Order: sequence, then C-alpha cells, then structure tokens
Amino acid sequence: MAPARYVGDLLLSFARYLGDLALLAAETMRGIFHGEVRPRLVVQQIYEVGFRSQLVVLITGAFTGAVFATQTYFQFHRLQMDTAVGPVVSVSMFRELGPVLCGLMVAGRVGAAMSAELGTMKVTEQLDALRALAVHPVDYLVIPRFLAMLISMPLLVAECIGVGILAAYLLTTQVLGVSEAYYLHNMLHFTGGRDVAMGLIKGMVFGVVIVFVSCHQGLNAREGAVGVGRATTEAVVIGSLFILVVNFFLTMTLNIFFPAGK
Amino acid sequence: MTTHAKPREIIAVDNLVQTIGGQEILRGFSLKVYEGETLVLLGRSGGGKSVFLRHLIGLMQPVDGTVTFNGQNISGLQERDLARVRRSMGMLFQNGALFDSMTVADNVAFPLRERGETDEVLIASKVQTALQMVDLHGHQAKMPVNLSGGMRKRVALARALINEPRCMLYDEPTAGLDPIVADSIDLLIRRLQRKLGVTSIVVTHDMKSTFTIADHVALLHEGRCYFYGTCDQLRASTDPVIRDFVEGRSHEEP
Repeated sequence: MAPARYVGDLLLSFARYLGDLALLAAETMRGIFHGEVRPRLVVQQIYEVGFRSQLVVLITGAFTGAVFATQTYFQFHRLQMDTAVGPVVSVSMFRELGPVLCGLMVAGRVGAAMSAELGTMKVTEQLDALRALAVHPVDYLVIPRFLAMLISMPLLVAECIGVGILAAYLLTTQVLGVSEAYYLHNMLHFTGGRDVAMGLIKGMVFGVVIVFVSCHQGLNAREGAVGVGRATTEAVVIGSLFILVVNFFLTMTLNIFFPAGK
Repeated sequence: MTTHAKPREIIAVDNLVQTIGGQEILRGFSLKVYEGETLVLLGRSGGGKSVFLRHLIGLMQPVDGTVTFNGQNISGLQERDLARVRRSMGMLFQNGALFDSMTVADNVAFPLRERGETDEVLIASKVQTALQMVDLHGHQAKMPVNLSGGMRKRVALARALINEPRCMLYDEPTAGLDPIVADSIDLLIRRLQRKLGVTSIVVTHDMKSTFTIADHVALLHEGRCYFYGTCDQLRASTDPVIRDFVEGRSHEEP
C-alpha cells in the first residue's frame, strides 16, 4: 500500500501546487482589473527581464541555428537536398527550437532572479512591510513582472529565432556552399505566418509560466537563506520542466489552428 | 464638577488563539487598547508578542478569536479589504524591513507615492521632515545596506510615520539602539501621542522604556494576558512572575 499512498500524496500535492498557481494568476488578474498597474515598475521590469536577457537569448539562438543547420545539411547533402536546409531550420526555429530554448534560458536567468528577489523580500519581512503599508504584494511585485514578461517574451523569442535563422543562412550559404537564392526561396516558400504565430504565442505562454512559477516560489520561500536558495532552484527546475510539458500540449493544440506545412 | 468621558476603544482583541508549527503560541489572549493611549506589551522572548502584534494589522489571521479595529472585525478579512484598515495604521518591524532596492529617501517616500502623491517637491519636503524627526537628516541618498541596525530601524520609523497613522504598532523599537537614541525614540512616541493623539502599541523588553512611555502595560505569559494595569500597578505588584520580569531575575545559579 505504501507506494500507492506515496503516489497518491504526490498527485495531491501536485494538484494543490497547480491550485496555488491558479490562485496567484487569479489574484494578478484581479489586481489588473482593479487598475493596480504601476507603469514605472512595468518599464523597469521590461528592462530587467527583456532588455538584459537579450545577450543570452541571442547567443542561444545563433548557435542553435548554426548547429542545427550543420547537422541538417550533413544529412540532406547525402540525398542532394541541400536547399531544404533553409525551410527545415526556419520552421523548426519558429515552431519549436526558438520558443523552447529561449523559454529555458529565460527560466534560468529571469526565473531565478525573480524567485531569489521575492524570496529574500519574504524572509526579511519586506513583503510584510508592503502589506502593512496597505500595498498588496501581488499588485506591486507580480503584476509588473507579469506584464513585462508578456511584452518581452515574444520579442525575445523573435530575436532568438531571427538570429538563429540568420546564423543558419550564413553558415549554410557562406561556409557549406549552398546556393543563396535557392536557400532563401525554399525557406520563404515553406515558412508562413502560421509558424510565426505559433512561435510568438508559445513564447508568450512560456513567459507567463515562468512568471507565475518563479513568483510563487519567491512569495512562499521559508527558512532564511536556505529557503531562498531552495525556492530559486525549484523555480528554475519547475519552470523548465513546465515549459517542456506545456510545449507538448501547446504544439498539439496550436497545430489545430496553425497546421504545419500547409 | 467635571466629568471625564470614558476613552474610546480603538482595538479590542478577544480570546485570540494562534498555533505555529503545532505549538499553541496564543491561548485565548484578550486585550483592549483605548484611543490615544500608549500600551506596552511585555513578555519573554519567543512568547508570542510579535505574533500578537501581527494580528492587529492583519498580517496573521487567528486560529480562533477576533480582532476589532475601530469597531470593525478585521479577522478573516481579505487582503484587499484589509488595505483600507491598514491605511490608518503604521507598523515598525523588529529589523526595520526596509526595501533594500531603494534609497533611504525612496523608502520613506514609498507610502506617499503609493497613495498617489506625485508632487516631488512636497514628497522631498515631507521626507526631510520625517527624517529630521528620527535624527537622520542628510542620509537620504544612502542604501539600506550601508546603514547600521539602529539607523535602519529609525528610517523604518520615519517611513511608518510619514502618513500620520492613527495607530502605531512598534515591534521592539529600542532594541539594538544606544541608550541615547533609545531615549529619543521613547520621547518621539510620547510626542506623537501628545501632539497628534496617536495610539501606540509597543512590544518591548526594555523596562526603562516601558516606564517612560506606557499609559497601560500588559504582560503576555504562557499565551495569555497575565497582567494589565498602569505602570504604578506594575511597580507595586508582588506577583512573582511579574517581579521576575520587572527585575530581570532568572533564578539560575551563577
């Protein structure tokens, strides 16, 4: 009975955790509808989570595009389908690699920072000080991060995809010797608005996942420095795993609205 | 012949019960605080004084019992409804709880900006007055990390007072301060009471401070209100628990 009970407890605590995330999301929405948006903080957060994540995202995108193009070229070259590298790389970057890798990098950089900052505020009573000053911590801390992520994440994903495709193009045409015209023609022929929409929607959803997971960990941190450390680690791990799982369901759902290759 | 109107109750705590980590910290604590008075709450470390104080401003919700502020039962209120109550209260936390991403001036100005004040000249002038009150004028640009514990506490006091609350809660306001600053904080609490009629609830171990500021004293012992009375009644008490606390006796062999 012990293993069954263990699994039961695990499922129960997971359901409770999802419930907590949903409550945090609901409180955030309630705050936004009450007009508790502080534009100055939103801009500050866009700088923190968006502007300052660019280097990480650009490097991730560039090297992913380049390495993916190389591997694809080696396989396709044997079939004499060199010019198919373009569409394969661009569609993959738009639909999967761009949003997922960008999401994972942002979960590491921004998610860790968010949970560490909020966790430190929690254990040093700064959250209680906010509440005592009649300011709802969700309004002051979560809403600006949520809105900043909603704005920044699609842009970061777009940058990641753009630079990935550019790196793949330069590598394939300048180093591996594939014809530029055919590469571009095939790429543009097989890549459409549906792929762009899918990438940007995924980016936005991953941004929301990162914000709520990280803020929830931070707001519920316990036991001093150890608690903050644990909250930060869990924010990155849970955030990253959620991105991978949510990505699967998003792919299945979004494929209905934006089918691949049509 | 003159008649004195009975002072109005501003806070009434009835039968408060709180459990933390399976341990019952408060076991039916009841207390009344009258408008305009300074009430000092004494008790041993870890006895639940700070926990009690947090219930008064809704930072903790009781397991049982009620907290009434200004005639309104605030236990069980939602966070957004509590904000209205908190606007007329201020709280000084034990370690100050300053926002460490902001300068001293921004910390003190925080309540003003949050209540919609946009006139930066007015904000700067109010911040200056508040910092002068706690003897910290000229430290506006410093970050909290560069302040000593005592200075941090005084900045937090300036932040709590800037919106002129009707009721102030102090969690060990003089702990960790040198005797001169501690005395100036005591006098400040007295001054606020006399000039602005601020009701104060002060949690402390400091007996000197207690006798300087208290109109009434309550002693929290084993989760209940063990003593309630004036400073004179406290001094005159022959109860061993009270005497031990007032005279600081542990009964241990040296």
